[in-house]
Amino acid sequence: MNEEKNNGKIIEEVTSGEYKYGFFTDIETETTPKGLNEDIIGFISKKKNEPEWLLEYRLKAYRHWLTIEEPDWALLNHPPIDYQDIIYYAAPVQKKTLDSLNEVDPELLDTFNKLGISLDEQKMLTGVAVDAIIDSVSVKTTFQDTLSKHGIIFCSFSEAVQNHPELVKKYLGKVVPYTDNYFAALNSAVFSDGSFCYIPKGVRCPIELSTYFRINAANTGQFERTLLVADEGGYVSYLEGCTAPQRDENQLHAAIVEIIAHANSEVKYSTVQNWYPGDKNGKGGIYNFVTKRGLCEGYNSKISWTQVETGSAITWKYPSCILRGDNSIGEFYSVAVTNNYQQADTGTKMIHIGSNTKSTIISKGISAGYSNNSYRGLVRISKKADNARNFSQCDSLLLGDKCGAHTFPYIKTNNSSAIVEHEATTSKISEDQLFYCQQRGIDSEKAIGLIVNGYAKEVLNKLPMEFAVEAQKLLAITLEGSVG
Amino acid sequence: MGLSKNKYFPLELSILKHYNDNHNGIYNSCHPKVKETRDSAIVQFENIRLPLTNSEKWRSTNLQDLYELEYLMGDEKPVFDKHINEIFQCNVRGFDTNVFSMLNGWYYNSNTQQIHTLDDGVIIGSILAAQKAFPELISKYFNEIASPSTHGLLAANAAVFTDGIFIYVPDNVESKKAVQLINMVNRDSNIMINSRNLVILGQNSSLSFLHCDDSINQHPAFLVTNTEVFLGENAKLDLYKLQNLNNWSTLANSTFVQQESNSKLKINVLTFNGGIIRNEFNIDLIGEGADADVSGIYLMDKKQHVDNQVMLKHSAPNCTSNEMFKGVLDESASAVFNGYIYVARDAQKTLAFQKNANILMTNEARIDSMPFLEIYADDVKCSHGATVGQLDKDALFYLMQRGISESDAKLLLMYAFVTEVTGKIMIEPLKVSIDDMVKKRLRGDLSICDKCVLHCSTPDIPIEFEIDLSKI
Amino acid sequence: MLLNIKNLHVSINGKEILRGFNLGVNNGEVHAIMGPNGTGKSTLAAAITGREGYEITSGEIIYKGQNINNQSPDIRANEGIFLSFQYPVEIPGVSITNFMRTALNAKREFEGLPAIKAGDFLKKMEEKKKLVDIQSKLTNRSVNEGFSGGEKKKNEIFQMAMLEPTLAILDETDSGLDIDALKVVANGVNALRSDKNAFIIITHYQRLLDYIVPDFVHVMFDGKIVKSGGKGLAIELEKRGYDWIKDQMANR
Repeated sequence: MNEEKNNGKIIEEVTSGEYKYGFFTDIETETTPKGLNEDIIGFISKKKNEPEWLLEYRLKAYRHWLTIEEPDWALLNHPPIDYQDIIYYAAPVQKKTLDSLNEVDPELLDTFNKLGISLDEQKMLTGVAVDAIIDSVSVKTTFQDTLSKHGIIFCSFSEAVQNHPELVKKYLGKVVPYTDNYFAALNSAVFSDGSFCYIPKGVRCPIELSTYFRINAANTGQFERTLLVADEGGYVSYLEGCTAPQRDENQLHAAIVEIIAHANSEVKYSTVQNWYPGDKNGKGGIYNFVTKRGLCEGYNSKISWTQVETGSAITWKYPSCILRGDNSIGEFYSVAVTNNYQQADTGTKMIHIGSNTKSTIISKGISAGYSNNSYRGLVRISKKADNARNFSQCDSLLLGDKCGAHTFPYIKTNNSSAIVEHEATTSKISEDQLFYCQQRGIDSEKAIGLIVNGYAKEVLNKLPMEFAVEAQKLLAITLEGSVG
Repeated sequence: MGLSKNKYFPLELSILKHYNDNHNGIYNSCHPKVKETRDSAIVQFENIRLPLTNSEKWRSTNLQDLYELEYLMGDEKPVFDKHINEIFQCNVRGFDTNVFSMLNGWYYNSNTQQIHTLDDGVIIGSILAAQKAFPELISKYFNEIASPSTHGLLAANAAVFTDGIFIYVPDNVESKKAVQLINMVNRDSNIMINSRNLVILGQNSSLSFLHCDDSINQHPAFLVTNTEVFLGENAKLDLYKLQNLNNWSTLANSTFVQQESNSKLKINVLTFNGGIIRNEFNIDLIGEGADADVSGIYLMDKKQHVDNQVMLKHSAPNCTSNEMFKGVLDESASAVFNGYIYVARDAQKTLAFQKNANILMTNEARIDSMPFLEIYADDVKCSHGATVGQLDKDALFYLMQRGISESDAKLLLMYAFVTEVTGKIMIEPLKVSIDDMVKKRLRGDLSICDKCVLHCSTPDIPIEFEIDLSKI
Repeated sequence: MLLNIKNLHVSINGKEILRGFNLGVNNGEVHAIMGPNGTGKSTLAAAITGREGYEITSGEIIYKGQNINNQSPDIRANEGIFLSFQYPVEIPGVSITNFMRTALNAKREFEGLPAIKAGDFLKKMEEKKKLVDIQSKLTNRSVNEGFSGGEKKKNEIFQMAMLEPTLAILDETDSGLDIDALKVVANGVNALRSDKNAFIIITHYQRLLDYIVPDFVHVMFDGKIVKSGGKGLAIELEKRGYDWIKDQMANR
């Protein structure tokens, strides 16, 4: 038995999974010309019938964006992005308002059916409301009636601008100002649609809310914007999923998610990110540059991020929590899998400002093929954050000897009563574990899937039930090749 | 970009002027390798300039105020009139060393003899003298691993360094007696000192080297030291760095180490006092089976700042490394720890561990801890941990319940906290006196100490720690 | 013959451990393999189960009439070879339930059977748990993670009961067990004994053989069997130690 050769073969088999969502739907879309200038921004704003202040906001962001440069500190390599070679607005052509599902373009419905997401409320998983966004525009939001009975607003961002401008104006950019970073500035200038959710005081949202994002048109960037507000004592669990067709060129996705949690409220935000990762040789795939941040504004508020990252050619993403309210809690649970030539630089920031604030970070990175997978995280304890606590565990698993696994934690502490603990390990699947499984009749391919799922279990358990299974399958697909 | 348009800081102008004043003079008589290094480094310096907080590696250590000051550069070579023992007392009981010294940047031991061969065969002396005495070693080793382009201070150091220590332990020579280098500053004006050291250990050789940075008076000094260390196959080096400078001094201290197969390196950095101290270690394990153990303690108060940057590069398979840094920060002191383990693609079977633990005593004190791992080989075991916290409240209560005052109990626990590092000191008498120093430092007695850190073992201030720590 | 090992030579990293090992095992038989430490007993188990790094330099392992020298470990397992590990490894995050269902279905797939129904599987789990006195909670925990020595060994026997092997190899299953746990393990094994399967029990001490009575006892020394006999041989070894065997070898 030639150990190395055998191992190499196993890993190759296991890591040759195919992307299952790479189809393209032929639907009529309306697009702007390539490139970005103030006219394009004006066009987008007008198209969406936006109030003057929002156009102003976009233009300010754009002008700021022109003055700054793309960040280069992440461990990522890609050719320079030509921002004038991108289409900033693409929307499926459809009737102005949708009164029933019958009015949705059947091709579109079919797209979502292929993704395993039915927009037909009768056929849906019970207990999950979906906002479906294709290219830049929200096409359908389900269960709106049910939700409105509880006073919950769940709609596309564009609708929110029309129907609840006061809420949008109050919260937009509050957590992620357009000055925050390069991609946030870009998004603030050109964002097209996204989801908006407001949970009123004392309301526990009875069903899971979810948004499905789909990039369909070629050469387009996707710039959605999600805003989630939980008022005092509110609770919501929210999930986003995303896919894109297989294309040879890279496509840009630069989104912003903002969460505001008022006193005693709780927001759980889960992501299953499965944008097209490019082919086996690293051709094509989505550049995923996303700014996600939550503000624990009030006393005893809690924001929990859970992410399963399997897609994208490049992931640059740090879902963060600003723990301003006393006794507030921030959590970050992440599984990031990279294969072939994927690159991920992802992690979180936990900014402790209030006293008795707590944060937990559990990150599991899995690298295979020629990929590079970095955890990058900041834990900051400010001077006033008495009795702040953080625990971080960041583990990396390497499958094969051509990939990289990296850990870059930043711990900045300015308070003598804080307790911060960070642990990390890097290892590969042990020969002993593999042999033990094989001795029980489980072939090495399945064994790796089993062990990887076990390794990631702590995080997968944090996902809502309906999606945990999907996420497990996704890990299997990403790593297990023929086993699905 | 943009930077070159900014006007030069006074310190940058002094450095450039100093180079220009000398490059047709004494620099011309340097060894060709040294001359070439100086000439290319000054070009790099003009490009990269002095480091500012906008560069990632210097984000938490700000030297900009110092760049605005006027410094005396390249002081005159002092006339050797007093033996080192007259101005400096080193009386660690039972610790017998070969003492050498540098004064204001110059090798300071004798007026005539600049290179010595010790009884055990170790060769030590001035690096300027070594250019003439060992030209082939200079050609082979000088500036081979130190990378002046890392940052502006190193580029400046390479261009305008004054002197430095040269140590050569030939193959198979095992040094019996530790070599101690006292790097002193004694000048009545602001002074910048650039020294450049070269340490070469041949195959199967061994050396214990104690490097003390001390200031004697109360004037601001800016010390930049760059040391290159080569460990041949199976060589063994124990390196102790003791840093006890006045609160107006700045020390930027870089050490580049290259380790051949089965060599063993032990570094212990003990930072007790100083205004701003930056320690950079770049250790490259290029031979299979090499082992590096880098540890340090920092005990800082007032507005002191210490920044430890430790890059451990595993370039060959089957190497091991261990990093452990512990610090106590009182008053408005601040510290930075950036450990970096890099495992190259083919460095399989690497074992690498890294730990940083900190205790903050006040809300004015600050710590930035960045324990990094960058790994490109799969059959490795790497881990790191970082903690920030306080003294264990249960232990504190336990001690107080036994009648120990709160302040004494805290001292004891702080002492216990750092013993994990000081316990690694291999030379027993040194361990004992470092132990004393830690205790004194924690009591706040050391900041006024203006002599060698080892001096304080004289029992003028009794130290009372009679409780057996193993029982708590 | 179920298993026929002929003149087996096995090396680890170029060092020869098994040096001409021969053994024949028929259905319905229990063979005990005893011998001093470092004599190659665990290497034998690794060679039969196909562990990486154990190189067969010559000889044959014939199982069910087929040479399995180059068969992968999972195929051998699905053919009915089971190893109760001396040191069972921990697999974090993978529950025993999930692990067993995966293993059982792998075997069923190998045999061309459909996957087991969830209800049937749970029923089977309950039944087999009783056999080795395993607490229900244990099977929800990750495989071997944080298990005591006794729990690990019971878990091995439980898995054996679940997978119903044709040839079970117990590698030092008695080590680290107290007498109560030993009885539980032995009872489990005895309940599984039938004329359709066979056991190889590797042990250093005779103790386990009081509870699992072997048909044959072999003494291994320096990589091969040097003496074979019945149950009585084990008792003699217990009384006289291994030195007399060594002496006999030396005098040869």
